[in-house]
Amino acid sequence: MHAFKLPGIAMVLVLLAGCSGIEPWVKPYERDNLADPIMSLSRHGYADTYMHHVYQAREAARGAEGGTGGGCGCN
Amino acid sequence: MVVAAISLVTGTLRLYWAWLNGTRLRVYSSGRVCSHPAGGAATKQARIASPVFRQTYTLLALLAFTTTSFAATLAPDAVDIMHHRYEGGGMEIDGPSVLVRKSIGTQVSVTGHYYIDSISAASVDVIALGSSEYTEERTEISGGIDYLHEKTIMSMGYTNSSENDYEANTLYFSVSQDFFGDLTTLTLGYARGWDDVGQRGQPESEWEEADRHNYKIGVSQVITRNMLMGLDIDVITDEGKLENPYRRNRYVDASATAGYSFQNELYPDTRTSTAAALRVMYYLPYRASLKADYRFFRDTWGIQAHTVGAGYTHTFGDHWKADIHYRYYTQDQADFYADLFPFQNSQTHLARDKELSQYAGSTVGLGASYELKQGVIPGIDRLLFSVLLDRLDFSYDNFRDLTQTGHAVGEEPLYAFDALVSRISLILEY
Repeated sequence: MHAFKLPGIAMVLVLLAGCSGIEPWVKPYERDNLADPIMSLSRHGYADTYMHHVYQAREAARGAEGGTGGGCGCN
Repeated sequence: MVVAAISLVTGTLRLYWAWLNGTRLRVYSSGRVCSHPAGGAATKQARIASPVFRQTYTLLALLAFTTTSFAATLAPDAVDIMHHRYEGGGMEIDGPSVLVRKSIGTQVSVTGHYYIDSISAASVDVIALGSSEYTEERTEISGGIDYLHEKTIMSMGYTNSSENDYEANTLYFSVSQDFFGDLTTLTLGYARGWDDVGQRGQPESEWEEADRHNYKIGVSQVITRNMLMGLDIDVITDEGKLENPYRRNRYVDASATAGYSFQNELYPDTRTSTAAALRVMYYLPYRASLKADYRFFRDTWGIQAHTVGAGYTHTFGDHWKADIHYRYYTQDQADFYADLFPFQNSQTHLARDKELSQYAGSTVGLGASYELKQGVIPGIDRLLFSVLLDRLDFSYDNFRDLTQTGHAVGEEPLYAFDALVSRISLILEY
């Protein structure tokens, strides 16, 4: 059931990708703040990942530790 | 239907990956990646503290590897060196980690990672079973490659984790793509793990297998010029030997001196879990940042968990930064968990692993880092040195401390412990 929902969401997002004509509401020159390292979810590199292992070892919950945030998309 | 959907995601698109373990690499305005590669697999500490779940560590860690790459921009060449130490609950674990990333041309970046856990274990689980303290070591080696094509990064990698009673091999794939004027990044990933599970002294020919699949999707979204949001969803399935061969559950036994006896753990052969997390970051006008996150988790063993966290980063001049964060975690017990079973083999599945009980834990963390930019050290584009300390507290609602004697059976004090985790990190981008 869960496995079905996940690919479904993925497909919707992939299809949405075809809508490439959307105008970005935050312009590239407005992304300085987002590009600051303090807006990174993993500023300390592997040291941050290590903490996920610490928790995975001691908690039943797992996954979605991740870092979808961070960054400005200003490349 | 389910299989077909999964195949579409994994096979056709060669999906999925990246996202994970706090790693979304992102670009500075200069085009430089802000965060760093991460990798690693099942930590031995994890395995000892909670072997039930060790099968997933390598898998999840690999995801971390992928997250290193940021869509449309490869991570910078870097050396990431860390020393870690965990002390608490009768466990002492430390060791080094070295991760190197190097680009080949403008479209390819390769990574290598070496990691060691050196463990000294005398946890409540070990002592309660009458065992003595023991030491062991886990070594993990990983390699990965990222390929950049326009706004897409495709990644794959492999990790081997080896110890004297456990062998884990994991392969992963991921694709990350920018959309909507680069305000949205979608990452899809898939990892496959093959583990061999044994016990110390047991011939490897008698080890049992555990297979794992991890499906991931993540979306990162720019909300405003000061706000970012991320959504991650993970589905993980395990099949095979999922019990911890070193743990035992107990049942009432009037003929025993203690009033109870131990028997082997017996878990279902399969487990599927789903986790979804939402994260928000906000930039404050005096160059500081706030972050908050929530994760919901549930699995087919009847466990449901919630994790909430909040953090604040403050800058002092151009070089110094300080971090403070708090995290709270709570979970229900597994359907087949009990601290004390009424009699031997009283039900089909039996568990007394404290990680399957009902409990809550909190973390308070502090960090300080010093950063140098390009031009200060010849050949080094950026240096980041960090010292990070976290204090963890866990309190169990229905796992009793059997090392406390003089109590009636089933009325021993509830177990609790705290731990101090320290990390020293040096990152050199070149």
